[in-house]
Amino acid sequence: MAGQSDPHLSLFSPSEVEFVAEDEVVEIVPNIRMDALNMICGDFGPFFPQIPSKVPLWLAVALKKRGKCTIRTPDWMTVDRLTQVLEAERESPREFQPLPFHYIEISKLLFDHAREDISDAYLVRSLIEDIRDVRFHKVETGLETISGRTHAVKLKNLSAMEVNIVRPFMVRTLQAFYKHDSPEMIQQGDNTGSRPTQVADRGPREKVDVKSHSTSFSFLQRDLRRR
Amino acid sequence: MSSWDDDDESASAATTDVELLKRAWRNEKAAPEVLRFDKDLVDRVREQIQLLVRHFSCPIFFFFRCSCGGSLTVRDVVVRQEETLDDFTDSGVDDLVVSLYQMDLDRTLFLLRSYLRLRLQKIEKYTMHISRSQDLKDRLSEQEQKFAKSCGEIMEKHLKQSVLSKLPYGYGDEFVTKQSLSSTEDDMIFIFLPVPEPQLDTFVFCKTKSDVGAFQLDDM
Repeated sequence: MAGQSDPHLSLFSPSEVEFVAEDEVVEIVPNIRMDALNMICGDFGPFFPQIPSKVPLWLAVALKKRGKCTIRTPDWMTVDRLTQVLEAERESPREFQPLPFHYIEISKLLFDHAREDISDAYLVRSLIEDIRDVRFHKVETGLETISGRTHAVKLKNLSAMEVNIVRPFMVRTLQAFYKHDSPEMIQQGDNTGSRPTQVADRGPREKVDVKSHSTSFSFLQRDLRRR
Repeated sequence: MSSWDDDDESASAATTDVELLKRAWRNEKAAPEVLRFDKDLVDRVREQIQLLVRHFSCPIFFFFRCSCGGSLTVRDVVVRQEETLDDFTDSGVDDLVVSLYQMDLDRTLFLLRSYLRLRLQKIEKYTMHISRSQDLKDRLSEQEQKFAKSCGEIMEKHLKQSVLSKLPYGYGDEFVTKQSLSSTEDDMIFIFLPVPEPQLDTFVFCKTKSDVGAFQLDDM
């Protein structure tokens, strides 16, 4: 994807997105006794063997690496749920299914560090990869519809990594469209000066329906300095 | 895993300063211009870092006290941390717990440093632009204002040495004095340089925290 490899263009590097995802809460089952941890980012524990406890993903992975716990697979990471999601993704070519905002990062971290804790790990992994591919294909086909008349694109349920990948390309594309579409540019091409200044014709105002509760991205033109 | 929710939303519900700092960091990253410096928040986070570090040992605490005024020097912090980790292990506390606290500390330090660095980068880039507006200047912390000022001075000195002093008589010195008389010194440089400004009129991604229903774009 354009701009993805250039660190100056993308706002967040993939590892930074992962860093943010590591604060998502997961459930672990410790196999040791440990006092409560009063950390800067919050208090966790105390931990007792076989008693489930909720901790951020980075802490879960750290404990898992040392063999001190098992990580419970989140509900959405089961074969049943993912099969449903994949089917729904395939059925609706324009919509994205609700998935955790950081589903890509979370599943990657769990596969890397807690593979044996996931039931049907192989199947789950391929399902998630399929879902990723289907969704990304939608994003790419969606990009084709962008033109100079685009003022807002609604992308409901887009995930963190997905939005991070398309952001640089999308923003620069729209900026370019906007720049070349502006009245000044059109006038420059028309040197006679006889034509009256074209009023910025931005097409019909679209109504954007932002219904989704949480993960809905809209792509808006930011008009801070009103002309 | 409750991540069906938007993480911004959980941030507004959560009260930990790390969450708030993460939000500030994310906003700062996404915004083209320098945002208001949240002094209270940064102070609180620094205090918590100090507190955690005080558990480790004294030297680092001392270091943080000294450096409270300025931004953190990465190398110093890293060196001190390694020292303290040893001290802590010596005192007989569980290895695992130490390493977990260390990770927590590292994560918070990363956020704080990244936040401060981001701001410095922006200040360096838009020094002139910031120096022209009191509103923008007020957004900076005391140290950042100092930084912006010295950045501006260095730039001015550089331009004078490399360009103005090389111009023939009548363009160089005389021009400078004439300009200085009529207007502020800052303006002098603006004549020669297009001032880099953050691009505020652009497209952004935004994510709604809650259902906003039908939405008219004109109202933005």
